[in-house]
Formats: sequence, structure tokens, C-alpha cells
Amino acid sequence: MKPLNQCEQCTVHKESTFIKYGINMSRYDYLVALAGNPNTGKSTVFNNLTGLKQHTGNWPGKTVTRAEGAFSYRDKKFKIVDLPGTYSLLTMSTDEEIARDFLLFGKPDVTVVVVDATRIERNLNLVLQILEITDHVVICLNLIDEAKRHNLEIDVLQLSRDIGVPVVPTAARHKKGMETLMQSIYDVATGAYQCKPKRLKNISPKASRAIENLTKQLNDIFPHLHNARWIAMRLLEGDQRIINAIRSGELGTIHQEETTQEKLKSYGYETV
Amino acid sequence: MDTKQFNEKEDILTNATRYREEIGENFYDTMLESIYSEAATIAKKSVRQRDDKRIYTLDRTIDRIVTSKVYGFPIMVGLLAVVFWITIVGSNLPSDMLYILLVETLHPALKGVASTIGFPWWLDGLLIDGAYLSVAWVVSVMLPPMAIFFPLFTLLEDFGYLPRVAFNMDSLFRKAGAHGKQALTMSMGFGCNAAGVISTRVIDSPRERIIAILTNNFSLCNGRWPILILISTIFIGSLVPAHIAGLVSAMAVVSVALLGIVLSIVLSWFLSHTILKGEASTFSLELPPYRPPRILRTLYTSLIDRTIFVLWRAILFATPAGLVIWLVANISIGDASLADHFIRFADPFGLFIGLNGIILLAFIIAIPANEIIIPTILMLTVTTLGMHEVGAGTGVMFELDSVSATASIFHTGGWTLLTGINLMLFSLIHNPCSTTLYTIYKETGSMKWTALAAVIPLTLGIAVCFFVAQIWRLFLGG
Repeated sequence: MKPLNQCEQCTVHKESTFIKYGINMSRYDYLVALAGNPNTGKSTVFNNLTGLKQHTGNWPGKTVTRAEGAFSYRDKKFKIVDLPGTYSLLTMSTDEEIARDFLLFGKPDVTVVVVDATRIERNLNLVLQILEITDHVVICLNLIDEAKRHNLEIDVLQLSRDIGVPVVPTAARHKKGMETLMQSIYDVATGAYQCKPKRLKNISPKASRAIENLTKQLNDIFPHLHNARWIAMRLLEGDQRIINAIRSGELGTIHQEETTQEKLKSYGYETV
Repeated sequence: MDTKQFNEKEDILTNATRYREEIGENFYDTMLESIYSEAATIAKKSVRQRDDKRIYTLDRTIDRIVTSKVYGFPIMVGLLAVVFWITIVGSNLPSDMLYILLVETLHPALKGVASTIGFPWWLDGLLIDGAYLSVAWVVSVMLPPMAIFFPLFTLLEDFGYLPRVAFNMDSLFRKAGAHGKQALTMSMGFGCNAAGVISTRVIDSPRERIIAILTNNFSLCNGRWPILILISTIFIGSLVPAHIAGLVSAMAVVSVALLGIVLSIVLSWFLSHTILKGEASTFSLELPPYRPPRILRTLYTSLIDRTIFVLWRAILFATPAGLVIWLVANISIGDASLADHFIRFADPFGLFIGLNGIILLAFIIAIPANEIIIPTILMLTVTTLGMHEVGAGTGVMFELDSVSATASIFHTGGWTLLTGINLMLFSLIHNPCSTTLYTIYKETGSMKWTALAAVIPLTLGIAVCFFVAQIWRLFLGG
């Protein structure tokens, strides 16, 4: 008797679910990554956008299987990948590595960072790290209803101005703010909205110069690298993984030759 | 790769090393600091806390109680007992109704149709008495408890109780050398061990992950607790006056579930001090705020995602199992059926450990799905005792409409209180079902761990039954 493959049973893996949305998974215009701290409601946002029924639950680290789906908004088709929740991108845990590698090498067109509106300061740590990797970010300020319940007043426009990317307040559990979120994703993807992300200040002039020089050098040999600055910073830290990637040439080839589909596959995502 | 490019690469790396020495080793720290201070500045500008902190205080008050050293565990046990109690009481009536519809009404109707069309006896037996009845049984016995249990469990999960359970259990698991998050994967196992095994992906350390996988089987999965409910109702509930029988049976089920938790902690300790030596890694567990559960949504998704999924799986496995049961009970070699031969062979050993040959055969047939252990036991008991007037014929899987009729079959089959207790224990402590084993293989990629995941609990189960039987016989004669 052949035991059941749980994944094949899972709704996430059935392409038929997408047909409802008139989406053919193999053709899409933009790739969207969904990142954020654990337990901020990423899966709920994912479900709302795709119409899928990824299991949600109120505990951190619940999403262990990778989920991907698709939606179309106006004239464009978006493929969306739900990344594991992480507090940062700087340590070496598996979750963080998957999320970080995907942002670095998977080259999403837009990265949606889901932020817990009741814990903005802590969540911003991740946002700032992601902004070092990619400019094209939309912040989904989720759980806005809870923030209200907790008597928090949030100046969304100020926040957006300070960070330099769109900030969309949402209450995903109540399906609120999803339309605006899709519009922002659309705007950033098509270039209608130009992100001017906050870069880290407070770095010593010496370090800034070092980063600049390394970035320039990296761009020279890896012309397709779109986040050389981030790589340069890792080099300054002595990140062994990045050093190896440069030595082996992995850093250079990934961007030129692989298709997005192959990239997805190489980071553990099943593609349909 | 040409030499020029190679040199360029090495050049970057040399430069990086030089800069690193220039700036000092604390670049990482300054960068972290700058991230934190930046985040604080931004947040300060746009977030303002108005007036009181009423709701946070409520969250903290609840947390103080449910994670307190004194009340934490009693509340956990209490909630578990309430969930089981509601499930046992609530699923009685719908189970009966489904049984009447699917088994008492539809089954004879189908038999009638088959004989009208002129099915040969073996095809009729194989399809209707074997396959159909096993499915009908699984649906009538599994569906109602699952439809009650899963939503209740999901409501607790939505509300945010699970991380608190993990918080309470964390120190126990760490003392056992395992990962604190094992408390979460254990909780997932209470629904389905295969799902529990997949959920161990939240544990980063491979050592601790394997411990979590090997011990997940001790979380009583939903396929097994119908067995416990039935057996404890018959053998434990009948020991006490009728008005408290339900409560006492529920407590017996809870005790077995708790024993499972104790065993998984003890086995974790044993593994982390023998073949999986190592220190427990630390992790920070965030206690998320309590969120008022969205009741309708929860009911809907837990019904669709969990109940229907598990039921479908049960049906998928019950169908071929029903065929197998019918075949082993109807194919004869020499003077007896295959089933008879095995039972005669296994009876001495079975009785020795306080079970019997029929139970052992049922556990083998039910490897694909624990859900069908009880119907298989009943069918085999009736067949070998020649009690054909009770069931509908040889090899027909059935459930009796009243618990007392089931009890009378067990008593005729020579069952004692010891058999009942040992069956409950063995249901908890035996090899995982084949789906779980397959999942373990896929997750670990290793035959060795998969084999251990089966052998450890099986050996332990036989040992536990043996000791209980010996002590029982020593003190109570039985």
C-alpha cells in the first residue's frame, strides 16, 4: 500500500486552486516575497491575497512548509512566496538563511514586509535589514485593529516618509486593507512608486568608505549583482558563506543564468 | 574560470580582510546598534501610546495565571479533560445516528441490491461486507469526535494558548536535553503524528529535531483516542456508579494522554543521554497576545482543513484494510482460516503480556491506520468464537449499537480488566502508523531513524504490558 504523500494532499500544491483565479502558475509578471517577524499574520495576508487556505494559528513559527500562490491585480499577474518568519537576517538559523537567500538570490520584484502594528519598533529592525538588501519594499502594517485596541496611535504617513516606502495599514484577519495593499504592490512593481529607502546612518566614515569601495569592486566583477552594498557589508563582517559564494563564483552565476523558476527550486520551493 | 577573474575575486577578499582589520572586529556590533537606534528613532516619531495600558494588563493577568508554577499544569490538565469530556459526550448521539444510517440501513439495502443483481458471494462479501462496512464504520465513529475535537483544539490555538503550553513545558523538555519547542510539536501530534513530525521543522538543531520526531508518537493521535474512549467506557466506567462513569472514563483517557507526555519526556532524556548526546539549545519564545478567536472562521477552516482531510485519509486506508480482513477471515488453509492460524500461533505470547492473539493481529492489520484497530478486533473476536449470530457473518467488520453489547463480546472473548487496561496502554505505546513512518523517512531521509521510530515504542509497549501483567497477576491473581 503506497503511503500518502502529505504534500500532494495539501491544497497549496494543487494547481487547480489557482485556476479559480485564472492564474497559470508558470506565467506571471512579478514575483512577490512575503517576509516579516514570526506571528505577525503573514499566512493570513497570504491567504487573503491568494484565496488559498494555508493553516493559520496564533503561535510563532507555525509556517514550516513553504507556501506559494498567485493573484492577479488589474492587468498584472503576481506570484507570491510566503517566507518563514524571522526576527533578523543576520544569524545562521535555517529559517533566516532561507528568507535571506531568497531575498538575495531569488530577486523578488517586490518584498512585502508584514509588520506587527503593536510592536513596531522591534519589527523595524527586520525592515531596516531588508531595506539594505532591496529597495522594492511595501510595508503591510498588520494587526492595526489590535493596535487600536491597545490605544496605540500610529502616524502612518510619517512612518512611510521616514522609511521611504509605502506603508499600508491592514487588519488581515478581518480582510481590511487588502485592496490598498495590492495597489501598493502593483505601484512598486510597475515603478509607479519610487522607493527611497532609509539607509543606515551612524556608520563610521571609515566603514562607509570601505563599504563604498567594496561595493564598487563587486559591481565590477559581478555586473548583475543588484545588492552589492549588502554583500559588501557581509564581507566586512567576515561572513564565511558570502566569502565562499564569491570564491566559488556562485554569486556571479546565479543572477545571470538561472530562471526564476530554477531559483525557486534551488531554495527549496516546489514549483508547479 | 579565467585567471583574471580569479585574481579579481581574491582581490576583493583581500581588500575586505584589510578593511576589516582597519575598522576592527566590532563592525557587526556597531551595525546592529545602528539598526536598533534607527528603529527606535523611527518608531518614536510615529507611534504614540495613549492613556492606560488596560488590555496589556489583562493579557498579563491571564499569562500570570496560565503560566504560573502552581496553576499552569492543573489548568492544562483541566482544559484537556474538558475538551475530551465535551468530545465524548457530544459525539455520542451523532455517532449513533450515523451508525443507524450507514450500517443498519444502508448496508442491508446494498446487500439487497447486490443479491438482486446477482453478485457472486465472494464479490458481495469483499465489496460490501469488507470495503463498504469498514468505511461506514470509520465515518460513523471518527467523524463526530473529530468534528468536535478539532474545532475546540483550533480555538485554543487561535486564542494563543499553545505557546503558553510550550512555555510551561519548556523547562521540563530542557531538563530532558530536548528543545523547548518540542512542546509545540507534541501538541500538533495530538491531532496527527504525521503532522506533528512535519511540524518539527521549527526545531533547528538536527539532534533535538530527531528527538522530537522519535517521541512524537507518544502524543495520542486522533486515530487512537476513539479506542481509548471505547475501552475506558467499557472497562473503567463500569467500575464506578453510572452517574460518574462518563467523567471517570474521560479522566482515564486523560491519564493515558498524560502518560504519553511523561513517556516522551523520559524517552527524550534517555535519547539525549545515549545515542543523541548534547546540550539543549536555548531559544526565545514569544508569548503572542491573546486574540479573540474568530469562531465561525475557525469552525469552517478546521472542518475543511483538518476534519475532512483526516477523515479522507482514514477512508482511504480503511477500504483496503476492510478487504484484507475479509480475505484473511475467509481464505482457509487446511482446517482453519488464515486469521485462525495466526491467532492460535500468537495467542500464547499475547496472553503472556496481558493481551491476546486477536489484538496482536488487529495491530498488524491496522498498521496503515490506527483508526481501524477496534473494528478489526471485534470482527476477529466474533469470527474465532463462532459468534455468527452477533455479527452479520464471517469477516464482516461492524460496530455494535450499544456499548454493553460490545462489552459482552469482549467478555465472551475472555477479556478481563487487565486486557482492557493493557489494550489502552498498548494503543498509546506501539509503532506509529505507516503514514507517520513514511513522513519520518521523508523528513529524516534515514532508514535508521525510521526503524528506530518503530522499534523503540514497540519494544517499550511490549515491556510495559508485560510488567503490568506480571504485577497484576502477582497481586490480583487475574
